[in-house]
Amino acid sequence: MRPFLYDRATSADLAASALATSADAPLVQGRVDAEYLAGGTTLLDLMKLDVMQPARVTDITVLDARHGTITVTDAGLKLGALVKMSAAADHPEIVARYPVLAQSLTLAASAQLRNMATLGGNVLQRTRCNYFRDTSWSACNKRNPGSGCAALDGVNRQHAVLGASEACIATYPGDFAQALMALDATVDIVGAAGPRTIPFAALHRLPGSTPHVETTLAAGDLITGLSVPPGPWTRRSLYLKIRDRQSYEFALASAAVALDLQGGVVRQARIALGGVATTPWRARDAEAALAGKPINEATAADAARIAFAGSKPREHNAYKVALGQRTVVRALLQAATLED
Amino acid sequence: MADAVFSTLVEAPAPKSNMGEPVPRYDARAKVTGSALYASDVALPDVAYAFLVTSAIAKGRVRSFDLREARALPGVLDILTHGNIGDAIRPVKFFTEGGPASNSVLPLGSPEIAYGGQTIAVVLANSYEVARDAAHRVLVDYEIDRPSATFASPGAVDQELATQNKKHDDPKVGDFAGAYASSPVTVDVSYSTPAQHHNPIELFATQCSWTGAQLTVHEPSQNVYGIKNGLAAQLGIEPSQIRVVSPYVGGAFGSKGGLTQRTALVAVAARKLGRPVKLVPTREQGFTVATYRSETKHRVRLGASRDGRLQALSHDGFEVTSRPDPYAVAGTDASTRMYACPNIASSVTIVRADRSTPGFMRAPAETPYFFALESAMDELAVALAMDPVELRRVNDTMKDPIKGLPYTSRALIPCFDRAAEAFGWAKRDARPGSMRDADWLVGWGCATSAYPTQMAAASARVSLFPDGTARVETAGHEIGNGLYTVAAQVAAERLGLPVGRVTVLLGDTDLPPAPVAGGSISTASVCSVIAQACDAIRARLSDGTTPTGDLVAALKERGMGSVQEYAEWVPHGAPKGAMGMLYRGAAQPTGGAKLQDRIQFAFGAQFVEVRVHARTREIRVPRIVGAFASGRIMNTRTAHSQYMGGMIWGIGSALHEETEIDANAARYVNTNLADYLVPVNADVVDVEVIMVPEEDSQVNPLGIKGIGEIGIVGTSAAVANAVYHATGQRLRDLPLRIDTLVTGA
Ligand SMILES: Cc1cc2nc3c(=O)[nH]c(=O)nc-3n(C[C@H](O)[C@H](O)[C@H](O)COP(=O)(O)OP(=O)(O)OC[C@H]3O[C@@H](n4cnc5c(N)ncnc54)[C@H](O)[C@@H]3O)c2cc1C
Ligand code: SF4
Repeated sequence: MRPFLYDRATSADLAASALATSADAPLVQGRVDAEYLAGGTTLLDLMKLDVMQPARVTDITVLDARHGTITVTDAGLKLGALVKMSAAADHPEIVARYPVLAQSLTLAASAQLRNMATLGGNVLQRTRCNYFRDTSWSACNKRNPGSGCAALDGVNRQHAVLGASEACIATYPGDFAQALMALDATVDIVGAAGPRTIPFAALHRLPGSTPHVETTLAAGDLITGLSVPPGPWTRRSLYLKIRDRQSYEFALASAAVALDLQGGVVRQARIALGGVATTPWRARDAEAALAGKPINEATAADAARIAFAGSKPREHNAYKVALGQRTVVRALLQAATLED
Repeated sequence: MADAVFSTLVEAPAPKSNMGEPVPRYDARAKVTGSALYASDVALPDVAYAFLVTSAIAKGRVRSFDLREARALPGVLDILTHGNIGDAIRPVKFFTEGGPASNSVLPLGSPEIAYGGQTIAVVLANSYEVARDAAHRVLVDYEIDRPSATFASPGAVDQELATQNKKHDDPKVGDFAGAYASSPVTVDVSYSTPAQHHNPIELFATQCSWTGAQLTVHEPSQNVYGIKNGLAAQLGIEPSQIRVVSPYVGGAFGSKGGLTQRTALVAVAARKLGRPVKLVPTREQGFTVATYRSETKHRVRLGASRDGRLQALSHDGFEVTSRPDPYAVAGTDASTRMYACPNIASSVTIVRADRSTPGFMRAPAETPYFFALESAMDELAVALAMDPVELRRVNDTMKDPIKGLPYTSRALIPCFDRAAEAFGWAKRDARPGSMRDADWLVGWGCATSAYPTQMAAASARVSLFPDGTARVETAGHEIGNGLYTVAAQVAAERLGLPVGRVTVLLGDTDLPPAPVAGGSISTASVCSVIAQACDAIRARLSDGTTPTGDLVAALKERGMGSVQEYAEWVPHGAPKGAMGMLYRGAAQPTGGAKLQDRIQFAFGAQFVEVRVHARTREIRVPRIVGAFASGRIMNTRTAHSQYMGGMIWGIGSALHEETEIDANAARYVNTNLADYLVPVNADVVDVEVIMVPEEDSQVNPLGIKGIGEIGIVGTSAAVANAVYHATGQRLRDLPLRIDTLVTGA
């Protein structure tokens, strides 16, 4: 860990402007010279590993009075960016009305981490690719643009089969983002030019040839909250996470599923995939294939096949195509049997 | 030092025949309250901090360092490299070649790189943070050669172990080839196990401080006399100038048994700076600072008559080791001796790659070799359409099939019977995939556990005082094995005192030497010598007149201030000069299959239930039952915890653990505990340990066999056999992974 300047935000706007006016305005995440500090469970780890070297760290935990609340109304769900993962996971209204959100949080990390980590930090957590997290590996385009990708022909059991490029195949590791994707959430941001709201689906970027640019946030942008619109599908939703051990592990494959069924027929299906893609991943073609059909073994398998149609497996992660499909089928069949 | 809290919370098994009392752990309160000081907790005045710079390549050499930025940081004191350390550290030999080293690469000895993660520089600074920051700023220019990572990598060299280690002899008897060819039922199968790292929670810390020419080393160790003597040779000083202190070890499992490169480096740094130096390598660095279990491959061929009797057994093992050191575990020594069989062949091949030298890890030989043997036995049972327990029964033996020597005791079948009954094995439907619970496929499997009963020379001093207290002093090691507790118990028993009146001092080279805490030898060796010292006290105080009397009363009667006895104990079959070797830190464990007149092993049987999700195929282990017979059990509480810990590790070894190796770089990839998986609580549901009473008066006077390692042996095979039973898919490569189950390969 390198020395850095530490300061504390006093309000969202102040934090944003302090960062935007810093002398060497950062251009890319991970190589920027200023970072917000929320729970610190991603940031401090990566600073100790020398992967992230911000010159300035702005503590935003003091903003939780303003951005740390949960509001559930008929108009939907509002989550402050500084809400702790555990608080959202255990919120009775979220558990009852948005089970996919609660489950994706409960099944993530460990109790200690969930008590520290915030929702804003959670959606910005960085990949677990070991070549990225250990600076002694010289080839990593995400950490060191243009240096290559050690994972392409390396140990890539954890890596993505969807959304990967020749420059980077790192998996987006989080769980909660999948649930937000499936529910068409939006993100509230305060930037240098003031507040704005964007679809959650527009927050993360595919690696393409610039895997070091992970989001569409500009330098200094502060996430203040997340909003989830209501819908008939939010109750009939679940998060299924498959992993090698029972707890405390990132997903090998996961599915966030929400269904609006009428008379056993799909009016709307929402499917987002985790553990298999480079970004939070919405399987829209698969959803479309289910519209107007009942959920059964055949339709679910068909949707799963479509969801993975574009997958590009590498040496050690080919199993994720089969596993991901099975995960989607299981999640759909299970969601279909949930009580209204 | 009874621990009231624990004794009420933890229900320990009731004492049974030949079972010691479940006395609470001597060190429980100190550990739970944090008052136990581990090596890195010891606060040395004016300490400087070391941070290692390790090699990013596995083969090649350091062309140059650029240390300017690192040295410029305020607080940086020095940076040791091969270029400036001079000849401060002398070469010593690898331990199978008569030396003390667990890795014979000379620390900072040259610019040459022998393995990824090799220490190439040591940054010294006034604080840990500055040392770490500076280490990250060290720039290294490497000349990179293409390394060989593992089996079948270009450049990896295969060698028969017998040509590299003169002590190794491949067990064989009869005519395997002929008997195999004429066996009506055969299996010929190959297995593999991955590289694994111990990852004890306590990191590989070392602190060194010099007082004049005297050096004190605080380092968690399973072999304090080994460190003392080996380090003296490296530094070119007398062993008497070195004291190694290690009263508590926060997990070791073999990783803290050897002399690693770090100790000499920290000692040299402390001498150079003229102040104490503290090193706590990171979790990542621990993967190459210490040793590991290397990956293995196996070919097992079994031939049987239709009634299941083995006619032919062959086990060929392949193990990865480093270029310089011929480390091998050679588990064929045990795997060829488990069952009655007239025709046996075996071989061990080591494969040299550009890797760090492997080392001991819990049941080093038996863990991988019994995965192969016991999986193959299950495959044979399937081929014979025979119950796997029956297959073990018809092939049970009371003598070593290789040399014909008698087992001192062997309760394999009683273990199978007790465990099978507790597990409910009789209700098993043998057809694969036949037992199902809703969406989960249920499978039941079993396997044999065994571990050689070994001991080594040991010494101890016991003192008895008129206030009715006693003190035991021996440089044995408390690595979670419960040695403090059983040492106090044996002294209390022999001296006729309550256990709470006995003080035990361990883990310090100022104490009389005890052997390495490895090979499950500690309890048997150390308790034997303590008993001997206590008996000498009794003899001195009784003068033949009061042989069973109250020793404290006798002491007071004589008006003595204390009575103290030092004893040396040498086990059956120990080499000549065993005591001298003990003092030189090189005690050789003896026993198992190494004796000329008999063979001695502990046995067990493990039964596992797995559940495999019918669709997504994740594997879970809701239930495991193990029954073990290991002679006298000194303390059923600490024994229970040893067995259970072994079995839980066995679950991890079967399903979770694997050190991933980058095939191009020959380096470890998942060097952290988020990606190197071990079981979490949710993976360990119901573990039942059964201690089968057994008496063995031959192994040592107390009848102790040693239980530290047997619990992990065979577990992975039992899990794999259960997965086969659940799914019909035979997984022959550890860890057993969803990857294979979902793709149906
Ligand atoms: C061992 C381990 C296991 C884990 N397992 C899982 C798992 O199974 N599933 C899972 O989903 N996650 C898992 N995680 C990841 C964990 O959920 C994230 O680390 C956590 O959610 C990050 O939140 P934080 O508040 O600590 O973020 P921080 O570390 O404080 O911040 C992360 C990043 O986001 C930026 N940031 C934070 N808040 C804002 C904001 N409001 N606006 C703009 N930028 C912001 C920071 O500058 C930083 O770059 C695991 C983590 C660990 C260490
Ligand atoms: S997959 Fe991405 S993060 Fe991993 S090494 Fe390649 S470029 Fe770096």
